[in-house]
Amino acid sequence: MTDPAVAAMDDDRSRDDTGLAKRKAWVSFILHTLLIAASIVMLYPLLWMLSASFRPEDEIFSSTSLIPSSISIDAYIRGWSGLSVDFGTFFWNSLIISVLSVVGNLMACSLAAFAFAKLEFRGRNFWFAIMLGTLMLPYHVTLFPQYVLFLNLGWVGTNLPLIVPKFLAVDAFFIFLMVQFFRGIPRELHEAALMDGCSPWRIYWKVMLPLSLPVLATAAIFTFIWTWDDFFGPLIYLNDIRDYTVQLGLRSFVDSTGESDWSGLFAMSILSLVPVFFFFLFFQRLLIEGIATTGIKR
Amino acid sequence: MTTIASPFSYSRERRGWLARVWTRNGAGYMFLLPWFIGFFGLTAGPALVSLYLSFTSFDLLTSPRWVGMENYLRIATADPRFTAAMRVTFFYVLLSVPLKLAFALAVAMALNRGIRGLPWYRAIFYLPSLLGASVAIAVLWRQLFAGNGLINAFLANFGIVGPSWISNPQYSIYTLVVLSVWQFGSPMIIFLAGLRQIPQDMYEAASLDGASKWRQFWKITLPLLTPVVFFNAVVQTIEAFKAFTPAFIISGGTGGPINSTLFYTLYLYQEAFGFFRMGYASALAWILLIIIALFTAFSFLTARFWVHYDD
Repeated sequence: MTDPAVAAMDDDRSRDDTGLAKRKAWVSFILHTLLIAASIVMLYPLLWMLSASFRPEDEIFSSTSLIPSSISIDAYIRGWSGLSVDFGTFFWNSLIISVLSVVGNLMACSLAAFAFAKLEFRGRNFWFAIMLGTLMLPYHVTLFPQYVLFLNLGWVGTNLPLIVPKFLAVDAFFIFLMVQFFRGIPRELHEAALMDGCSPWRIYWKVMLPLSLPVLATAAIFTFIWTWDDFFGPLIYLNDIRDYTVQLGLRSFVDSTGESDWSGLFAMSILSLVPVFFFFLFFQRLLIEGIATTGIKR
Repeated sequence: MTTIASPFSYSRERRGWLARVWTRNGAGYMFLLPWFIGFFGLTAGPALVSLYLSFTSFDLLTSPRWVGMENYLRIATADPRFTAAMRVTFFYVLLSVPLKLAFALAVAMALNRGIRGLPWYRAIFYLPSLLGASVAIAVLWRQLFAGNGLINAFLANFGIVGPSWISNPQYSIYTLVVLSVWQFGSPMIIFLAGLRQIPQDMYEAASLDGASKWRQFWKITLPLLTPVVFFNAVVQTIEAFKAFTPAFIISGGTGGPINSTLFYTLYLYQEAFGFFRMGYASALAWILLIIIALFTAFSFLTARFWVHYDD
């Protein structure tokens, strides 16, 4: 029945297939090895800092291993009150600024984005282009007059210069992010609501925002992380150590203890990363999608 | 009946016109109101003021004094720290951005082969990008590359006595470059998204024609990915020009040793808030703007020679 030639060909092909499969398995093995090695190199410094924060001080510099000989939380206790004001105050200050920044950005940017994406008015394209233009503007060219303005308002030394601009949609990037999302919401919804006699305000509040939770969440998380990590703004606007944010507190820690209390410094550094790491753990997909679709820089 | 155009009816007509303009445009402008206040009060206005300030001598205490081109002339001819800052910044940008993008692309391509555990790898490689901007990481870097730091502890295992990387002007800038490259995660994610867009049948056709993987990379992957490369390059370059925190923490705010980590923004900060030379710092800020604008314009002008666009 079987044609020997065909059988030979079949045989040949199947041998080829196993050869290919073998090669593929090898490539995959090598790839995984490389990627795992790269992951270890990438994460090593972070894990090492984590382990160093639980280590006795004298062991920090003698050991490159990740496992401490004994675990102690002394560094956390020492670091927490290592400055004249304890880190609880810094965390509280950072939290206030970050949360209010999130609220401000969500409100002001979504209002502007709604106008740009869904409302018709004269000059819309012009203002939209201007808004995009401000994305490219390095903040340094507005910094000093802003500083003088806040100085004259008596706001320097308070957290107002860090919060109020967020309520005025100065972070144009988030307007852009939301415009992209709003444009994807079907026109029909908007038009149907108009037919029913809804005011633009009601459409914004009752139709647009409820449908935009993903982009609002993305904007909220990025605003929180960027504000939490911000160093430059607090550095120039906050003077009193009682008003310091976590980032400023860490910097003061570096300056005051110098190189004498590394484990205390590491312990506080680890704590300062916890909120950001939390968002990474629980909202990773949102963050990665946000980056993939809009090209967020971090 | 003749209609008499009374002032009353005129004003009613006028009100009708105003109302029409209002109903057509008012809502849009109302929604934009916060942004308008911010734009004029905190962006456009201050930008113009700082342009003016750049032609003055201004110390915050006394009112600005017009000095014409003096600031710019001094920057161009008689400011060794400006020259140092430019050299450091350009070195940093030109070294860190290509390296970062190369890593990002290489890892993205490795991850794009339908590999198992992709979400895990992606998350691990992305984590440094997310954490990297914080003071904590700069603090960590200070220790890693200190004379008795982790890197040297490693090298000691091989009998190598490493220098104090941070406090050696020859090496200090490289520690910042490494820090930047370590954060290749977000361009990597953008590359991954770009790679997904490339149709698989192009590769199938190419390998049927006997094109090697290497050739496929140069002839298919890279050309089709150039828009993403372009985007990442522009964004990362602008970010690199604006880098501040790591240099500030690692050098203790000095830009040392011997100006070797004097990033442009750090110099600008010192002039403005260390010496309160706000006029001079404004001139520096405008030069930064011009550099970024020139770079961006240059990128877009040359883009049509190397960026592949679908027609």
